Amino acid sequence: MSPLESQIINELQGGFPVSENPFAEVAGRLGVSEEQVMSGIQGLLNDGMLSRFGPLYHAERMGGGLTLAAMSIPESDFDRVAAIVNGFPEVAHNYERDHEFNMWFVVATDKPEQVGNVLEHIQSQAGYTVFNMPKEQEFFIGLRLEA
Amino acid sequence: MNLPAMKRQMPHGDQVIDETDRRIIIATQAGLPVTKRPYHDLALQLGLEANEVMARMQKMIQDGVIRRIGVVPNHYALGYTANAMSVWDVPDEKITELGERVGQLDFVSHCYQRPRHLPSWPFNLFAMVHGKSTAAVEEKIREIENVLGEDNRGNALLYSKRILKKTGLRLT
Repeated sequence: MSPLESQIINELQGGFPVSENPFAEVAGRLGVSEEQVMSGIQGLLNDGMLSRFGPLYHAERMGGGLTLAAMSIPESDFDRVAAIVNGFPEVAHNYERDHEFNMWFVVATDKPEQVGNVLEHIQSQAGYTVFNMPKEQEFFIGLRLEA
Repeated sequence: MNLPAMKRQMPHGDQVIDETDRRIIIATQAGLPVTKRPYHDLALQLGLEANEVMARMQKMIQDGVIRRIGVVPNHYALGYTANAMSVWDVPDEKITELGERVGQLDFVSHCYQRPRHLPSWPFNLFAMVHGKSTAAVEEKIREIENVLGEDNRGNALLYSKRILKKTGLRLT
């Protein structure tokens, strides 16, 4: 990875300007040309080093509902339950984790009041208790993945 | 942008975004165009004035609807293959102070307070930790242990074994 590519990954995870010529502004900050910034980002996208470039939205602030939920599923029944959970369009992510609580999924709905309904449906179709773990407080993050 | 820890609650029915914002969100969910004037190109695509698109995006940043604009690294491709959800049981009365300190560690990508479900789930503080190996993750867990000190009444480390579904959040 070139020094510019590392710089893009480390310094451009936020703060991309909303302006007429934002890449030129970033270029000024990084001390390179506008073309270098654009081709750097496009190259990282093409190589899969970036999963996205653009705005990151805050689901609840858009008026929708969002929660994290967990279940404890016996190994022998895991795939059946995974298929049920994944079949709900409101389930955005679903991860298997190595813990007694081994299935963790994120439910996102258009309206906050729909979350409970979706969890009830999942629980009744799966036949296992769904533990609802909505975010109660979010703490500021200073993430920088060193590339 | 340094936001303090904030409560999630947004009054129901208090619409922060309108139909035009919604169109901008849908058009940018996959990303911004990598062109000299991305907001102009976006405006053209939506049949809006560039100034309006930029003003609306600025407002969405102010309102917290847009968390940030930039690159989203692919953890796996960058070698961060060990991703663990660390969960902690800390005193409720100290969780805001402790959560803010854990969130500031540079290897923590998300940090939240979530409800306990006693007796099976005693943990109320969640911190996602990313490392290039499980050894690296475990070292970082020790750093969190140091931050929490005696307020750490128990913890668990849940590595992701398998992604069963990942569609992202999609507006339709």
